Amino acid sequence: MIRVEVGAAAIDVAAELAVHDGGGHGASASFIGRVRGDDGLTELFLEHHPVLTATGLDELATEAAARWKLGALTLIHRVGAMAPGDTIVLVLASSPHRGESLAACEFLIDRLKTDVMLWKRESFADGRVQWVEQREGDHARAERWD
Amino acid sequence: MTLTVSYFAWVRERMGVAEEEIVLPAGAATVGDLVGWLAARDERGARAFAEPGRIRAALGGAMVGATAPLGDAREIALFPPVTGG
Repeated sequence: MIRVEVGAAAIDVAAELAVHDGGGHGASASFIGRVRGDDGLTELFLEHHPVLTATGLDELATEAAARWKLGALTLIHRVGAMAPGDTIVLVLASSPHRGESLAACEFLIDRLKTDVMLWKRESFADGRVQWVEQREGDHARAERWD
Repeated sequence: MTLTVSYFAWVRERMGVAEEEIVLPAGAATVGDLVGWLAARDERGARAFAEPGRIRAALGGAMVGATAPLGDAREIALFPPVTGG
């Protein structure tokens, strides 16, 4: 069962885990990405492309399911305005054994940084507003899976 | 030929619009040609496309490079490198 979603609604981690875990899988790996409140950050805005972002997430999930034997996969990305502490992304990967669920989870986190159409804009308490630049390290981590 | 061009993130902010219809000038055959033409067209284009190497493009839903031919495409998206996840 693959569930992929992108939207502005808050991510209910407990509810998503309950849905995901319905099958009673042997091993479930999870990743929760949250907004950091560093340097007086007041808002993180995630811009997306309505079609390309959804397509990118679908393709990533499909690739993960092809690479590893997964009983269930949940990939949810939030977009729009968020506050420190809010959940941005949720990845849940389940398989009969831990190795596959952990690898799939890490693969998805790494490739999300480079393969999906999302752009981050940070607003700070002192009035600064800046678009986040792509980091070279993100590419290095993503390319490990090539 | 008219082309719907959509912009994202700081490219959108610098252009001042999310989307526009343009009549492609004669001789603009590739994505790079289009970006160059937008940069030369006016002040906002000059700001948005001052560094063409930082611009990414998606043509008909697929990522393409600067040398990709526009062909008979009807829509193109122009944006900075992604920073998501």
